[in-house]
Amino acid sequence: MAKFDETPIIQDPAKAGILAPPPIREHATAAMRCWPGKAKDHKAIDLPEERVPDWQQKAIAKLGELLEKNKALRVYMDICVRCGACADKCQYYLGTGDPQNMPVARAELLRQVFRRYYTLGGRLFPDLSHAAEFDEEMLEKWYIYFYQCSECRRCSVFCPYGIDTAEITMAAREIMSSIGVATKYVTEVVAKVYERGNNLGIPPLAWIDNCEFLEEDVEEEEGISLRFPVDEQGADVLLVPPSADNFANVDTMIGYAKLFHLLGIRWTTSTYCNEGGNFGLFLNYYNLKKVNKRIIDAARMLGVKTIIWGECGHAWRAGVLTPTLNGPMDMFDPPYPYHISQFIVDMLRKGALDGKIDKSANDDYLVTYHDPCNPARSSQLIEEPREVLRASCNRFVEMPADTIREKTFCCGAGGGLLTDEVMPIRMAGGKPRAMAVKHVGANYLATPCAICKAQLPEVMSYWDVPVQVGGVIDLLANALKL
Amino acid sequence: MPFVQLDGIEVEVDEDGFIQEPDKWTEELAAAIAKTEEVEELTEDHWRVINYLRGYYQEFGIAPMIRKLCKETDFKLKYIYELFPSGPAKGACKIAGLPKPTGCV
Repeated sequence: MAKFDETPIIQDPAKAGILAPPPIREHATAAMRCWPGKAKDHKAIDLPEERVPDWQQKAIAKLGELLEKNKALRVYMDICVRCGACADKCQYYLGTGDPQNMPVARAELLRQVFRRYYTLGGRLFPDLSHAAEFDEEMLEKWYIYFYQCSECRRCSVFCPYGIDTAEITMAAREIMSSIGVATKYVTEVVAKVYERGNNLGIPPLAWIDNCEFLEEDVEEEEGISLRFPVDEQGADVLLVPPSADNFANVDTMIGYAKLFHLLGIRWTTSTYCNEGGNFGLFLNYYNLKKVNKRIIDAARMLGVKTIIWGECGHAWRAGVLTPTLNGPMDMFDPPYPYHISQFIVDMLRKGALDGKIDKSANDDYLVTYHDPCNPARSSQLIEEPREVLRASCNRFVEMPADTIREKTFCCGAGGGLLTDEVMPIRMAGGKPRAMAVKHVGANYLATPCAICKAQLPEVMSYWDVPVQVGGVIDLLANALKL
Repeated sequence: MPFVQLDGIEVEVDEDGFIQEPDKWTEELAAAIAKTEEVEELTEDHWRVINYLRGYYQEFGIAPMIRKLCKETDFKLKYIYELFPSGPAKGACKIAGLPKPTGCV
C-alpha cells in the first residue's frame, strides 16, 4: 500500500478521539484520481463509450435538465451563504487539509458553472459573479474532487440551510456520466451486476458452490446443520446481502443462516440478484433505478412473501427508495422495505429470541458501533443495530458523540472510492474514524456495511489501531444458542 | 491499456498490473509478476496457493472464497499473507493471472 509518511498529514493530532482541523494544504490531493472507465463497461451500462465530441454543450444542457427536474438542486445552487459551517466536517478535508475538499469548495465547482450559464449576472459579468466556464480545466477538477467525496452527507447535517451537498456531488457525477466521463471502479461494478447479478461478478455456479461450502464448513467446525438456500421458489424471505458476504465476510453470511434456522424461516438468495449493493447510486439515476429493480424482479420471480436487505449501507440507501424508484411494493407482506437489523429488533420485541441468546459468548469483545454513513444519514437506521448489539453482548461502548449516529464519519471509501488507486485519500479519510475507535479502545468494531468492512481493517492497520472489524449479525450469531 | 515486458514477454496489463490476456500466463511469467509483489521466490507453498486459485478460476470463472482457499490449501490466512504480502485477493490473484477482484472487497 502506498504510504504517505512523507507528508505531515499523519501527524495531525487528535484529542479525546476527535481529529483537529488540519492546516490548509493547497492542492494536497489534486493529483489523486480514480482510473477512468473502460469503453466496454460504459457500453454495458448505457453510458457513452468515450467523452462525446460536444461534451461542453451536452453537460450544460444536462445541468439545465437537472435544475428543472430537481427543484432541491436549484435551491442548493442559490442559497449557500458561504458561512463555512460545513468546511471542517468532511473526513476528506480533515484527513488531507486540501481546501478543495471542504464541502463548500467542492460544491462551488458546480455552482460556478451554474452561475455562468443559468444566472443573468453570471452570463453578463462572469468575473463579478464568481462564475466559470465549463472547460477542460473545470471538467478535470470535477472528475478529481467529485470523486473525492463519498456522498456521505455529514456536511449536510451541519448546514444551517439544510443544503444536501451529496446531491450536488450526485448531480455533477450524473452530468459527467451523461458525457461519457466516469470511473473504472464504479462502471465496472455496475456492468458486473448486469452480467452476473452482483458487484463481485460471482457467477451462479460459484455462488452455489460458496453456499454448499459454507454448509459443509459449518457442519464440520460447529456440528450444526445449516442451509444456505439458493433460488428456492416460494421461500418466505428473499435475502439480498452484499455479495461480499458470500465471499469475504462469511461470518455475516453464516449469521443470516443461523438466525433464519433458529426462527424456522424459509429463506433464499437469488442468483439473478445476489446483491443489495447499488453502485448506480454513485453514478446516475438511470442505473440506480435499474440496479434496484433487479431486487424486485428476483423477488417476484421466486414468489417470496417478503424481501430482507442484508448488511450493506448503500443497498439500504437505495432500498428505502424502492417504492419511489420502482413502484409500489404491495405485492409483498409488510413491512417493506425491510432491513435485517429491523427484522431482528422485531423478533427481539416479539420474544422470538427469548432464552436463545447467551451474551457471555461475546465477553471477550469490547464492542463499539460504526454507523455507516448511508444507514445513519440517508435511511433512518440508527437505533436498530445498537439494539441488536446490546441484546448480543455485555460490553458495548459508544465512540465520542460527534463521531456517531447522524454525525458519523464515513469509513473513507464510500461513494465509489473503495479502489486502490486512491488509497492515500482512503487512509486520510478514514483517520477521523480510526482516532475515535482508538480513543474508546474497543477490540471489535461492528458495522453493517460491506464497504466499511473492506475499508476499515486497512484503515485501522494503517493508523495502528488494533481492532477486529465485523458485522452486527456476526455477534448475534455468535451468541445464539443453536 | 499499457503493455509491460515481463520475463521477456510483452503482456497487456491493467492499471493495477493484472494481466489482461490469461492465455499468456506461464509459470515463468508468474515468477516475474511475483517480483513486482514483494515475492522474491515462488516456493512450493506459493505454488500450492497459485495452483488452487487457477484451478478454481478455470472451473468457476471467479476467485474462490478466502475461507475455502485456506481450507483447501490447509494454510492459515496469516500464513497466506506471509506468502503474499498484498494478500490473497490482490497479490496472489495477480501472480496467478486472475483478474482483479472488484466490488466491496
